[in-house]
Amino acid sequence: MTGFLDALLNGLALGSVYALIALGFVTIFKASGVLSFTHGSLLLLGGYLVAVLHDDLGFAGALALAVVVTAAVAAALDRLVLQRVGGTDPHAAHVQTIVTIGIDIVLVTDLARRIGGDLLPLGDPWGNSVTDLGPVTVADSRIAAILVSAVAIGGAFALFRYTPWGLSLRAAAEDREAAALMGVRLTRVRTVAWCLAGGLAALAAVFLVAFPAPGLERTTGQIALKAFPAAILGGMASPVGALVGSMLIGLTEAFVAGYQSDLHVLGEGFGDVAPYAVMVLVLLVRPAGLFAAKGAARV
Amino acid sequence: MSDLLKSGRLRGSATFLLPALLLCALPFYLDAFWLRIGLFSMAAAIGAVGLSLLSGTAGQLSLGHAFFLAVGAYGYVWLAGEPGPGLPPAVAAVLAVLLAGAAGGLFSPVAGRVKGVYLGVATLALVFLGHHVLLTADSVTGGFNGRSVPPLELGGFTFAETDPELTVLGVPFGAEERLWYLGLALFALTWFTARGVLRGRPGRALAALRDSETAASVMGVPVARYRSSAFVVSSMYAGLAGVLLALSFRRVVPDYFSLLLSVDYLAMIVIGGLGSVAGATVGAVFVTALPLLMTRYADQLPLVATPGSGDGSIGPTEASRYLYGAAIVVILLYAPDGLHGLARRTRARLRRRPPVTGPPGTGPSSGAPSAETDTAGDTATTARAKEHTP
Repeated sequence: MTGFLDALLNGLALGSVYALIALGFVTIFKASGVLSFTHGSLLLLGGYLVAVLHDDLGFAGALALAVVVTAAVAAALDRLVLQRVGGTDPHAAHVQTIVTIGIDIVLVTDLARRIGGDLLPLGDPWGNSVTDLGPVTVADSRIAAILVSAVAIGGAFALFRYTPWGLSLRAAAEDREAAALMGVRLTRVRTVAWCLAGGLAALAAVFLVAFPAPGLERTTGQIALKAFPAAILGGMASPVGALVGSMLIGLTEAFVAGYQSDLHVLGEGFGDVAPYAVMVLVLLVRPAGLFAAKGAARV
Repeated sequence: MSDLLKSGRLRGSATFLLPALLLCALPFYLDAFWLRIGLFSMAAAIGAVGLSLLSGTAGQLSLGHAFFLAVGAYGYVWLAGEPGPGLPPAVAAVLAVLLAGAAGGLFSPVAGRVKGVYLGVATLALVFLGHHVLLTADSVTGGFNGRSVPPLELGGFTFAETDPELTVLGVPFGAEERLWYLGLALFALTWFTARGVLRGRPGRALAALRDSETAASVMGVPVARYRSSAFVVSSMYAGLAGVLLALSFRRVVPDYFSLLLSVDYLAMIVIGGLGSVAGATVGAVFVTALPLLMTRYADQLPLVATPGSGDGSIGPTEASRYLYGAAIVVILLYAPDGLHGLARRTRARLRRRPPVTGPPGTGPSSGAPSAETDTAGDTATTARAKEHTP
């Protein structure tokens, strides 16, 4: 039973971190139709900044600066590179998606070179302390992950729902051309979307490498890719779907890892790749994701 | 002579024969290092042509290419080796290619229905799941340390250092020289079959599918079937490339077949120009040869440190990754049809230059002809997936 509760809490914590990343994917996708493959490197950038700066600025200051800088880098990439690719081509979003892969190669190479073979500590205040919650022992970092993610995600949803930018974003996702004709400034909407996604990715990095993970390493960025299955499960254009998908992915991963001894047929460490197995299974049944609206094609 | 060359057919075959003869002569002049670069480039080109069919022509983004390369490579090693059925290597090679195709076929329920860039995400699953299987299925794959590759044998002739000893025109033929000709033959096969597919009915159907799924299906193109067969064919090319890579490396390890490899292949086809066989080849040579050359000449290049000279310095592998990451961005920004398209436009521009009128050098600078050739030649190559409105 404690094993079950353990896995459940781990899964929720993991899921809420994935949700931060997946929400970023979805926001970018809604605003611009681009699948951002740069997310791994943005996350790595956020984590790296915290790791480098926390000695001088303290953890909170470093985190705040990392979020701002990562958001600014994301916005700059969108403004200075992505928006200049493809022009008025109807397939521009697809070309821009490939450009994000190119950007990712450059950024990841550079950050990996700086990090080298080291494990960088982020200096987070919760360290390796644990709390007893009834029968289970939970790492404080997990609790912090759940709480902070809940606040951040709540904030993002409030942005979508109550701000003029959120309204523009939803209008742009609905019909880009009509939104533009109604006076929505698409370039501004998508730049803000990239900002938000970059900030969320930097925030996610802190929890992704916190205890019991060993610290920031050069491959940390690849973990961000697991939020892709989460966003795809949710149907890519739905923030709620991304949330549900992330929880599903997080729980799957935690339960597979928690019950690994019973699942040894699948091999050691299957938990790490379980999200992808879930994604393939769901895509077999519903190719458009769990929460996608059925759309009619227009010629 | 020049009249003879002008008659189209002869010139057509001359443009193929000359490079072919040149490539055949190279093993007599180059040492093993250059031959190995060529060999890896040929293997990469075969794989890149396959990916180009899928991503460039059918508009389906795939990041799962490393998985199919792995299926080809490991399929060959297992089928031809011990432990394994121990089949004759030539049979094992053919079966490995078919195995890669079958793996693509198994994925086709997803590949046929998921479109464009979404398929890219779905195929991420293949790479990660495949890597996991390679690490854990010890008895077949040899686990983390991989397996050594049995040399290919064809009718008593072994593609290895000896057996039989062979010296042609005073040049001793070792593994590299023999594999070079094997690679050339396989590459020629790839070149002609892929061009055949692209120029025939399937190529037109796939391009129509990319440009507009709805329009294509109204015109009678069975959408899901063409999408999944593009996927199967592309994975068979990947399998063939995997076999050739395994033969050239002589050892296969799981960590080679990671997401990075898939991204490398994507870089190849984007840099070369999507949807063209020649473009994929150029891109493959560029992306494959660059890190190897940089490693070799690291001590002579500015800004590049020799490998292993401490943390923080830019090694040759990193330098080449910077370069081709940036190349993807720059090419899509300024020349979306890649190096191949760039070359074709330059050629078209030169050809349009009026031969006598005006002083030399003023011809191609006017804007109008270039715009014309752009639209005229731009049917199959641009980096586009299908579907107009999301």
